[in-house]
Amino acid sequence: MSAPIEMPKWADTILVPAVSVVTAFLIAGLVVLSIGENPLTATRYLLQGSLGTGEGLGFTLFYATDFIFVGLAVAVAYHAGLFNIGGEGQATLAGLGIALALNNLPFLPGFLLIPIGILAAAAFGAAWAAIPGYLQAKRGSHIVITTIMFNWLASVLIVYLLVNVLREPQSMSPETRAFPEASQIPFMHDVFAWFGVTIPASQLNLTLVLALISAYLIWLLIYRSRLGYAIRVVGSNPTAAVYAGISPARIIIIAMVLSGALAGGLAVNELMGYQHRLLLEFTSGYGFVGIAVALMGRAHPVGIILASLLFGILYQGGAELAFEQPAITRDMVVVIGGIIILFAGALDGLFRRLVAHLLSRPKLAGA
Amino acid sequence: MSPAIELIAINKSFGAVHANKDVNLSVERGTIHGIVGENGAGKSTLMSILYGFYEADSGEIRVSGKPTRIRSSNDAINAGIGMVHQHFMLVEPLTVVENVMLGAEGGAMLRAGEAKVRKELARLAKDYGLEIDVDATVAELSVGLQQRVEILKALYRGADTLILDEPTAVLTPPEADALFELLRSLKQQGKTVILITHKLREIMAITDRVSVMRRGEMVATVETANTSPPELAELMVGRRVLLRVEKTEKAPGAPMLEVQNLSVVDARGVLRVADASLTVHAGEIVGIAGVAGNGQSELLEAIAGMRRPVLGSVRFEGQNIGAADHNPHQMRKLGLLHVPEDRLRMGLVPAFPAFESAILGFSEEPQLGCGPILDHDRLVADLARKMEQYDVRPPAPRLKTSNFSGGNQQKIVLAREIERNPKVLLVGQPTRGVDIGAIEFIHRRLIALRDAGVGILLVSVELDEIMHLSDRILTMCGGKITGERKASETNEQDLGLLMAGVTDEAA
Repeated sequence: MSAPIEMPKWADTILVPAVSVVTAFLIAGLVVLSIGENPLTATRYLLQGSLGTGEGLGFTLFYATDFIFVGLAVAVAYHAGLFNIGGEGQATLAGLGIALALNNLPFLPGFLLIPIGILAAAAFGAAWAAIPGYLQAKRGSHIVITTIMFNWLASVLIVYLLVNVLREPQSMSPETRAFPEASQIPFMHDVFAWFGVTIPASQLNLTLVLALISAYLIWLLIYRSRLGYAIRVVGSNPTAAVYAGISPARIIIIAMVLSGALAGGLAVNELMGYQHRLLLEFTSGYGFVGIAVALMGRAHPVGIILASLLFGILYQGGAELAFEQPAITRDMVVVIGGIIILFAGALDGLFRRLVAHLLSRPKLAGA
Repeated sequence: MSPAIELIAINKSFGAVHANKDVNLSVERGTIHGIVGENGAGKSTLMSILYGFYEADSGEIRVSGKPTRIRSSNDAINAGIGMVHQHFMLVEPLTVVENVMLGAEGGAMLRAGEAKVRKELARLAKDYGLEIDVDATVAELSVGLQQRVEILKALYRGADTLILDEPTAVLTPPEADALFELLRSLKQQGKTVILITHKLREIMAITDRVSVMRRGEMVATVETANTSPPELAELMVGRRVLLRVEKTEKAPGAPMLEVQNLSVVDARGVLRVADASLTVHAGEIVGIAGVAGNGQSELLEAIAGMRRPVLGSVRFEGQNIGAADHNPHQMRKLGLLHVPEDRLRMGLVPAFPAFESAILGFSEEPQLGCGPILDHDRLVADLARKMEQYDVRPPAPRLKTSNFSGGNQQKIVLAREIERNPKVLLVGQPTRGVDIGAIEFIHRRLIALRDAGVGILLVSVELDEIMHLSDRILTMCGGKITGERKASETNEQDLGLLMAGVTDEAA
């Protein structure tokens, strides 16, 4: 018998994650200390590298863009009670969709290419997620298992296609030819330059704006729309959904389709915004980071944006840190990221209980 | 001689909720002591403190006059206190002997312990008339006998004082009578029984003294012989309540809902409803009496379109409902609304704010928003109005559904369904876990609805409720409809037999 934990909303959404992150950084500091480095210096490099320079900030926001998309993808499925582990595979397929669309439609006017690339990414990501969704809804195959299997299928498929089918005959590396120039989403420094403002060059591009718009639309969908209502009923109380005449099977498939389409945003940012061609492993495991981002952001778009920023800082700052302090390798940075995921995601309940306890103390004394 | 159990100035708070305030209770040895009170009055908390689930913030427990610290159920057992929970704590695939041994195996090998258990069970059977097949697996036993196993477990562990939490909720009337017989025999052997119940009839029938709790406080302890159900109800609620809402005779109208030869099979392939036929007319309440788990839930769900029947047909206002249209969405459109039995699992979404739970099943209604977007301000205003009409407390539409008490949750469900002007209303367990004061209110609403010409199909395990509200009563047993009576021409014994499966033909 455990009583439900009740606490004010601000504590639940701000205080608890903050406590988690601070604790994670303290523990990570101990790890840094244990290999003989100064954690304070390390923290300075981390923050300096991610926020201290315009260029660093650009990279931080570029990563954050990726994380917002995959975080939203996980969150939408999560609201329907589904754990979509397949962001990697869905983003990979979305990349394939982008490449097929952009490199095979030369007759289209240039201004259509960007929307078409984005739609192709969404459609391919959605289709790749729809299959596990269908299997879950109609056959009861567990979504966690099937989405993991579909990650492998996607990664093998893309290798096969890039090596044997899509590669330029004269090229040695497994990648497609560059996308048409008109299909490249403008870099943020170029956009600012149009208005006569100079900012340092980085990979950051206009996809960030698309990510923020998506976050708003997903908020509207989940918390304000009839469909979002149905999604949350299915995720929160499937029996009540049946009572209400909402078909859980239908909602599961819809939620997975939306989730896969959002995961496609990762491919848009990486390929149309930066690489301008399809290449192997462009997803870099970010699809999995989406799970941590969604958990930490409590599956709420605002939380996801904040968590994405944090992970952006960690990725960009971590790279700088590994460069400045060779004793702290990339692997070490991965460890620190892992600790944050552990505390913000898995051990979250621990701090909820603790914070609720501390908050209820003064009330008891007054009662 | 000192009392068997004394609780002195017990206090217990959960956060801001003061669940027990300076509670005193003295239970004499060799008596049956009833504890009554509304939900949330603090009965369960008090008993949980006595049985070691919670520790009191302050106060003292004395067992046979000796101050005793009870910090776990093991401490309670060692102090001679046994508890029979409302939901049995038995391992179904194991035999009676094995269940009794569980937790008291007496060593790594079972044989010696088993012999001891058998000997002891034989003695208990002789002393208290607790006959039972000790080698039967628990799953084979009827609910009444499973409860007997729980009592045996407690006695085997040396309980002198037995706490029973709502023991008759799952029993047929004959089984309840057998239980009371057993409790009397325990009392004669010097055991002490504490009986928690909300059924005043049982309090009057079996207890020697009764304590009434209200809002965490012990408001009275009286000799049962010197009190009456209306007086107890008034003590529980704090104001006068009508235990029975008056209703006038009324000729039923045209048939609204006709169910013919309906059979329902559950997910495991077990036949739950067998060949059930019934008709509900306009302006009529048809009650279905039966012990929980005899197919009533499945019958309601099948009529509402939540379950696909394997056989049979449903007609609504004379129109046959085809299989394709027989789903909750269509049935709602036709005017068949449904107050489900299990509020929290089905009728509401506990994690949602109340105003979102208040549109469950109706979220596609065009007037609730603009296109695909729901108008939250409107939903909040709608619910605020209904909360006032239905006296929901607190009247806070944005509060999380699970933070309302059972009675108030039920009012939210009732308001949602009733205010949409049903032609036929299916109602499952309308007052389960609902306070006496709210029961009166809910009964009034249902009768007003009937008087307005709505056909109501009522399922309840509370026989009193069925008898008070219904115009016509059907009984169910083992998925079959075993009998039909006019409410004015039957009584508890008659219905009890039908509920136990003794059909008219056999009688």
